[in-house]
Amino acid sequence: MTHLAVDICGIHLKNPTILAAGILDETGKSMIEVAKAGAGAIVTKSVGREARSGHPNPSIVELHDGLLNAMGLPNPGIDYFADEIKEAKKGGVPIIGSVFGGTEDEIAALAGQMSGYGVDAVELNLSCPHAKGFGAELGSTPEIVEVVCRKSKKGVSVPLFAKLTPNTSDIAALAKGAERGGADGIVAINTLKGMAIQPQARMPILANRVGGLSGPAIRPIGVRCVYEIFEAVKIPVIGVGGITSGMDALEYIMAGASAVQIGTAVWSEGLEVFSRTSKEMLRFMVENGFESVPDMVGVAHPDRP
Amino acid sequence: MFTIKEQLDETPSIKTIRFTGEISATPGQFVMVWVPGVDEFPMSLSYEGEEFGITYQVLGDGTKALANKKPGEKIGIRGPYGKGFAIRGKRLLVVGGGTGMAPLGLFIEDAIEHKESVTAIIGARTAKELLFESRTRKAGADVHITTDDGSTGSKGLATQRASDILAKDKFDMMYACGPEMMVVGLLNLAQGKSVGLQASLERLMKCGIGICDSCALDGKHVCRDGPVFTDKELKLFEQLGKTKLDVTGRKTPL
Repeated sequence: MTHLAVDICGIHLKNPTILAAGILDETGKSMIEVAKAGAGAIVTKSVGREARSGHPNPSIVELHDGLLNAMGLPNPGIDYFADEIKEAKKGGVPIIGSVFGGTEDEIAALAGQMSGYGVDAVELNLSCPHAKGFGAELGSTPEIVEVVCRKSKKGVSVPLFAKLTPNTSDIAALAKGAERGGADGIVAINTLKGMAIQPQARMPILANRVGGLSGPAIRPIGVRCVYEIFEAVKIPVIGVGGITSGMDALEYIMAGASAVQIGTAVWSEGLEVFSRTSKEMLRFMVENGFESVPDMVGVAHPDRP
Repeated sequence: MFTIKEQLDETPSIKTIRFTGEISATPGQFVMVWVPGVDEFPMSLSYEGEEFGITYQVLGDGTKALANKKPGEKIGIRGPYGKGFAIRGKRLLVVGGGTGMAPLGLFIEDAIEHKESVTAIIGARTAKELLFESRTRKAGADVHITTDDGSTGSKGLATQRASDILAKDKFDMMYACGPEMMVVGLLNLAQGKSVGLQASLERLMKCGIGICDSCALDGKHVCRDGPVFTDKELKLFEQLGKTKLDVTGRKTPL
């Protein structure tokens, strides 16, 4: 019987579509709506030590094939977030708590606290390109990624995922660092650093000037990154970047992703994107003789049977 | 970007900007207004189509900067976004408090053009702050005025006036935009009578396009599921009239 269920590091997902961090996931009740819409799991907004307002507006630019955002990691702070997780859990799907921090020790402490809230996994945001001092700096070299993962792993009792930045010359090296540090899975990719200028205003549109590019425009980059990471590490990879359909998700899975995350498509397609992506994947599997998602993981690599 | 055609004083604290260019929208829909170098914020359209416009109260840095813009200068506009008011029924009661009249002036013109009968209650703090009274009369609505200080019309809340009018006349649907406690009051009235309600709500909004969760209201989003909600939806909001999210996503008293 053809089915979409996947297990990642012991977490059971009814289908491999996961809500990506930063989209409709700051409040528990919004996460419940996403679960109702058919997501297999949900990653929360990235949460830090203190409450943060994020960057002033404009914080988003709509492009033909994606979004450029500089939200600036707005979040209510980790102490406040316990209640939101408790609420989100009512949605009935696994909740993955995302955390960001300014130092290795800070992010490790946040990961531990998040783990204590009863999440199913913790995702380290080592890759936010638009909040100075948070995220990308901690994810910039394999050595730091390794240390952050090792320190974080000590305090968490659930699987630990490292979300990596594509704003680097060698993302596979970062993934290896995460694996050495004890991460249980890799999430790739975060947004690409970009800028948009309004010529009539003669200035960058984003108040923060630079932001992160997401959406279909970055999908080939994400697929390439997952492909490289799959060859470099043994731990599972979760693919993210520009997925709006079942065929898009299959690209990532065949590149080596065990599951996928969807974010920007919530804007272009609405929450229906989760159920539609699942349906399209299932149809493909039936028509092409694949019984389960794991049967397709990494098949685009020539040395795989 | 769009060029400002004219900047008009509606009241001592409320202004209207009309733009050169066209944005087609349903009354109640909003646009994100970017004042370069200052801020970007949501504004419901008070005029749509050619020479579309926005009507705003001068409150913070953003609207102050907007008020200083002269005809010929350019403003960034994206949208329209969200769900507007839908004409349902033949006899409509429209209630606008303060700048809440901004989208309702447009809605009343639209409804009367569609041959519906419109009774409008316009509420304001004082006579000077009444918005779109002559526009609404000119459109052909039966207009009632309330002010907080009694400087014109009847003294008191628009909700009280709505209650009085509903006691005498039958309506198919109420339309509201204004302070949230006014919406709560009208929702209570609607539940006691066989009249529906469509009300526009306001929450802190960052992206305007349904992704950032800053305007979350019990799992719905004011920018995409609203800003106009029906009585059926409003009834389900536990936070209505009680709490809102602050800029960090924490619940705070309304």
